[in-house]
This record gives sequence, C-alpha cells and structure tokens, in this order.
Amino acid sequence: MLRYTEYPPRGYRVRVSTYWWTGRRAYLRFILRELSSIFVAWFVLETLFQINALAGGPSAYSDFEQFLRNPVVIASNVISFLFVLFHAVTWFNLSPKAMAVRLGGKRVPAALIAGPNYVAWVLISAGVAWLILRG
Amino acid sequence: MAEQIALEITRYSPERDKTPSMEEFEVPLRKEWVVLDALNYIKDKVDGSLSFRWSCRMGVCGSCGMMVNGEPKLTCATFLNDYAPGPIRVEPLKNFPVMRDLIVEISDFLAKLSKVKPWLIRKKEKPISEGEYLQTPEELDSYRQFSMCINCLLCYAACPVYGLDPLFAGPAALALAQRYNMDSRDEGKSERLDVLSQHDGIWGCTFVGECTQVCPKHVDPAGAIQQYKLTAAQEWVKSLLMPWGGK
Ligand code: SF4
Ligand code: FES
Repeated sequence: MLRYTEYPPRGYRVRVSTYWWTGRRAYLRFILRELSSIFVAWFVLETLFQINALAGGPSAYSDFEQFLRNPVVIASNVISFLFVLFHAVTWFNLSPKAMAVRLGGKRVPAALIAGPNYVAWVLISAGVAWLILRG
Repeated sequence: MAEQIALEITRYSPERDKTPSMEEFEVPLRKEWVVLDALNYIKDKVDGSLSFRWSCRMGVCGSCGMMVNGEPKLTCATFLNDYAPGPIRVEPLKNFPVMRDLIVEISDFLAKLSKVKPWLIRKKEKPISEGEYLQTPEELDSYRQFSMCINCLLCYAACPVYGLDPLFAGPAALALAQRYNMDSRDEGKSERLDVLSQHDGIWGCTFVGECTQVCPKHVDPAGAIQQYKLTAAQEWVKSLLMPWGGK
C-alpha cells in the first residue's frame, strides 16, 4: 500500500518555472493585478507628501509642484493611474464572487453587487474633483 | 484513407525513464470522438502499454483529467474535432507527480480532502426513528453548486498557488468544505474553521480565479474560497470582541 506523505517522493515531479505567469493570459492578468498594488501605494505616498507640503506652507508646496512637473514623475503618474484603474476595475468585478448575498431565496445578480462599487467610485471621484477644481 | 489527426502524448515509465518524453501517434479523426476515444484507440490498436485513467466516459467520475494543449480538460468531454487539424498535445495533469504516462499521483489531494471533514457533522446524531434531517429547496440551493464537484482535479492543475506551494489545501477541498459549511443540516463549522483558516487553507489563495474557469462542473471554487475568507474574517473579529466565546 502506498502511504501518504506530505511531499510524495514517488513519481516524476515537474518544477514550476519562475516564469509560470507568462504561460497563460489569465495568469499574466493576475500578476499585473497583484503588481498594481505597488502603484496604488505610490499614489498613497504621493498624496501623503502632498499633504505634508501643504502643511509646510507656500514655498514647500511650490517645491512639491516643481517635483510633479518633472517628466519622469509625470510619466510614472500616468502609468500609475492606468494601473490604479486596472486595480479598481478588476477588484470591483471580482467582488460579486466573494459576496454571495441571497435575497428571497435567490442569489443577488453579480451586476447588483459590483454596480454600487462603481457608483460610489464615480460619486467620490466627482466630489473630490469638485473640491479641488472649484477654487 | 480516412482523415487522421496526430496526438503528442507524454510517455514516462518510472522503471525505464529518467524524465518523461513525448511520443506521437496518428489516430482517425472522427467527428464523434473525444480525446479519450483516441487514447483508447491507441491502447487497443497501436500500443497496449499506454497508461491513463478513465471510467465513466460521461463527465461524472472525474478520473480522465489531463492537459490538452496545455489546458486542464476532462478528456471524455474534449472533442478531437475542436483541435483539428492538430496535432493535439496530451499531458498528465499539471502540479501532480507523474506515476506513469498520463497517470498522476493524487493521494496528496485525498489526504487534504479528508482534513477538511467533508461530511455532515452533528453535535448529537438523532436516532433513525426520528426520521431524516429536513431541508428546504432554498437551503439546498445555497450549497448545491459546490456539491457538484467530481474530484477531477482540473482546478488543482490550473492553480499556480498549488503548483508553487504543495501544502496549500487547494480549490476543490476548500470548495467542498464550504459545501458542508453552508449545509443547513451541518453543525461542524467551528471544527472546520481551525483547518480552513490556517495559512495553507483559505489564506493561501491569492484569487487567481483559474480554478473556476477550468471547472467542468461550474463549481466555482474561487468564489467558495473568497466567501469563506469573508466568514473567517468575521469570525476573527467576533473572537476579538468576544474572547469569552461568541460561537
Ligand atoms: S471543483 Fe471543479 S475542477 Fe475542481 S475537482 Fe471539483 S469538479 Fe473538478
Ligand atoms: S471518464 Fe469519467 S469523467 Fe471522463
């Protein structure tokens, strides 16, 4: 009788390649989604620096603006923005999977669970834009 | 001569070979033939030593899972015609040790499956004379999808986490645990929580989601795991707020 061991020594084992995530489109999308969190973190840091500069008075803030005008920073912000969009959309679309809400004996359709996320996203973004742009 | 299609099949004999290799076979391309028919044709007519598992030929037993052109598939439900003109690459299920040709070693999964206690747990069994445990159609509906699993292990072959970390409990075992957790007749949730909420349990899952894509029975293991993460997180908060036991 074969006995169970946590790492079966029997049989031929194929090692998973370091580049496994290039093997399938879905794997690549997954890795990009995971990677996107770095860009989310970058935006968070940038916002913290911005608040810090704001607290530091006008000269500190104009230094910060100068920093934002740097082409490298502009490019990285554009890339980050795309990744943050990707991050938000992929996670919003996955939310119905994690939440099996049942109403009246039936499962609430996926669109009704993902939908409010998008609505909140648009509303909050519009609110922030209004706050910043009204002056 | 009737139309032919080529199959490239993994061959491996633990007594003879150091590493697996590919062998090519030609089989008749028949409209109604699935990959499993082609394998049986080869075994009957060309090379009787070709080894593979199968039983029901109708997507029920779950034993014929293999990689077909790199995708985990039930070979009894995968038509040759869809891959014409070929060649079709047939390999053993990924992420499992290969024992011979297309046969993989699955005792790792079986051990994990029994760890999550996939059966009805009752605090106190009621005597048979009191009848069955009743359940409404809605209650049945809440876990029915997860109960469709045929243990074909296509989801394990699609799961990179299982490939990289063999200790991970894996999609089907976790989905089956959730199937019993959701069952209104079951009283074993807290017993399963200890196994499931470990690092090798639900938290090992990074939500790649491919298990759900490849599942031939639409079980949605990825969904089951994320739903369970939510439950486990709630339990954790509860245990913080009510350390004296709010179970
Ligand atoms: S969850 Fe689906 S893919 Fe995984 S073993 Fe069960 S039936 Fe097969
Ligand atoms: S032979 Fe039973 S599932 Fe394919």
